[in-house]
Amino acid sequence: MLGSGIAKGMIETARNFVGSYTDESRLVTVEYPEERLPLKEASRNFPFLVYDGEDAAPGLRCVACQICEKECPPQCIYIVKDTAKKPDYLGKMQFQPRVFDIDVSVCMSCQICVEVCPFEAIKMDTEYELSTSDRFDGLLLKKEDLWKSNEYYQKIHPTEATEVDRRLAEEKAKAEAKAKADAEKAKAAADAKKAATATAATPSAPTSPAA
Amino acid sequence: MSVETETPAGKSYSVLPKTAPDGSIDGELLEVAMGPQHPSTHGVFRMDVVLDGETVVRLKPVFGYLHRNHEQIGESTSYLGSMPYTDRLDYFCSLTNNWAYALTVEKLAGLQPPERAEYIRVITAELTRLVNHTCLAGFLLMDMGALGTPLMYAFRERERILDLFEALTGARMMCNYMRFGGCRVDLPLGWIEDARKVVDEYSQFLDEFENLLNTNEILVARTQNVGVLPPELAVNASITGPMLRASGVDYDIRKVDKYGIYDRFEFRVPLGDHGDVYDRYMVRVLEMRESLKILQKALADIPAGPIMDPKAKIRGFRPKPGESYGRIEGPKGELGFYVISDGGPNPYRYRVRPPSLINLTILEDMCIGQTVADVVVILGSVDIVLGEVDR
Repeated sequence: MLGSGIAKGMIETARNFVGSYTDESRLVTVEYPEERLPLKEASRNFPFLVYDGEDAAPGLRCVACQICEKECPPQCIYIVKDTAKKPDYLGKMQFQPRVFDIDVSVCMSCQICVEVCPFEAIKMDTEYELSTSDRFDGLLLKKEDLWKSNEYYQKIHPTEATEVDRRLAEEKAKAEAKAKADAEKAKAAADAKKAATATAATPSAPTSPAA
Repeated sequence: MSVETETPAGKSYSVLPKTAPDGSIDGELLEVAMGPQHPSTHGVFRMDVVLDGETVVRLKPVFGYLHRNHEQIGESTSYLGSMPYTDRLDYFCSLTNNWAYALTVEKLAGLQPPERAEYIRVITAELTRLVNHTCLAGFLLMDMGALGTPLMYAFRERERILDLFEALTGARMMCNYMRFGGCRVDLPLGWIEDARKVVDEYSQFLDEFENLLNTNEILVARTQNVGVLPPELAVNASITGPMLRASGVDYDIRKVDKYGIYDRFEFRVPLGDHGDVYDRYMVRVLEMRESLKILQKALADIPAGPIMDPKAKIRGFRPKPGESYGRIEGPKGELGFYVISDGGPNPYRYRVRPPSLINLTILEDMCIGQTVADVVVILGSVDIVLGEVDR
């Protein structure tokens, strides 16, 4: 019968219309500024720099190796190395960035900087309300805008951050153990050397020219 | 008797005006530029249409408005650096684009993704196919004047799959997920259960969608016997994907090449009979059903294990000199990448074979003799994304 197909479609539309009043799963709209969906844990937007401890500048994990700057596909990262060094979490002296800018109007949120960073220093943020009236300076994030604490990282990506912390702690423990072992070895070597010189000195004592 | 017509592109061609039986010229031809701001052209795309009354006499597709040097960028960034750019080719199907590029470079570098990664790739690719075909049906109906309902229903379902993508890859559309030799991250906790739920409920949505549309008299009248593409012409013009299969040619790269682990799945290849717009729509709906079968099996069978080839490396990746062509059955057709390596950190040559562009070349043959309103519908059924056409 002509029109039966349309009628069938209309029944479907009516079912959806009525269903949106009774069935929660058919009511999918979220009224954004008032209500927000929780973000997925893996969600990513723009990169930020992680620091450990209380103070941002000394705790910054970034060592200005510039790997992310080289690997960034749209070239949105700009780094200038500082001449002064600072100790990293292992206590080793490392470089630090004097300038670290990310132009988020160029960034395409691909996460490649995070993947290539060997120091777990750059991670993806979930902040998405970045609109500003100044599209040049307002979207050029400086080092001071980018650094965020490790606690913040823990909050936005708990699983990933715990894994990173575990790995860093392991590395630190290994480094400490190695340092301790090295120190012991050095001490033992020094002792042995001392002993050796002592033993070498004892027999030579009688034949010393002073005697 | 012929008339020279000057197009804005500068090329002139001659068209025969309609002649009355007594030999006198009856009426004038009208040239209309549809696009690039026309809402029915799915982006910035122009069709120079020469009309006789309402009938199309000539049609010239003009593209390039969205050209952004994709291939040149691919040659000047590292192999990995091109991966996020492939997301932006066909922005509805970033995961299949990733797969095609990863497959090509894996061929070049001799990497073999582990089993779990292969399963994840099949799952994400089939979910992408669902997204693409659902949206296509919505857009096609919108081109026909069904301005809200089918598209909104399609987008409602698409949203659920995009949520899955976000939970897995971190982004809804620009996933940048696959790597040479595997995938970037493993599935998060509970993802498989969520995916299974979406897949199980998807067939219900398809029932609803088909009830809404399949027998609708207006849809049938607007699409049947419109834009017929004969199989010989389709093969000669190297059309691929659902468009080719709607013309009745049994050619699906998932079956032909059996790339990845597609030989482990049972699925049928739906074929059309007439090659008209309605067949193209139906082939896609049926393909979604087959995708659901693949997904159910893959989600049940996925093994545990690593997701990256241990030989793969992220930094300092330099494949040996050589060349390779990798292709997959993307939702729109054969998506191929051709990469030549000279041993350096970036490819010497990087070429994309985009299905949308090649499927679009046949537009004129399908449109001649049809009305202007049908041109919009035919273009909608080709399923183009201008990001991929222009690159």
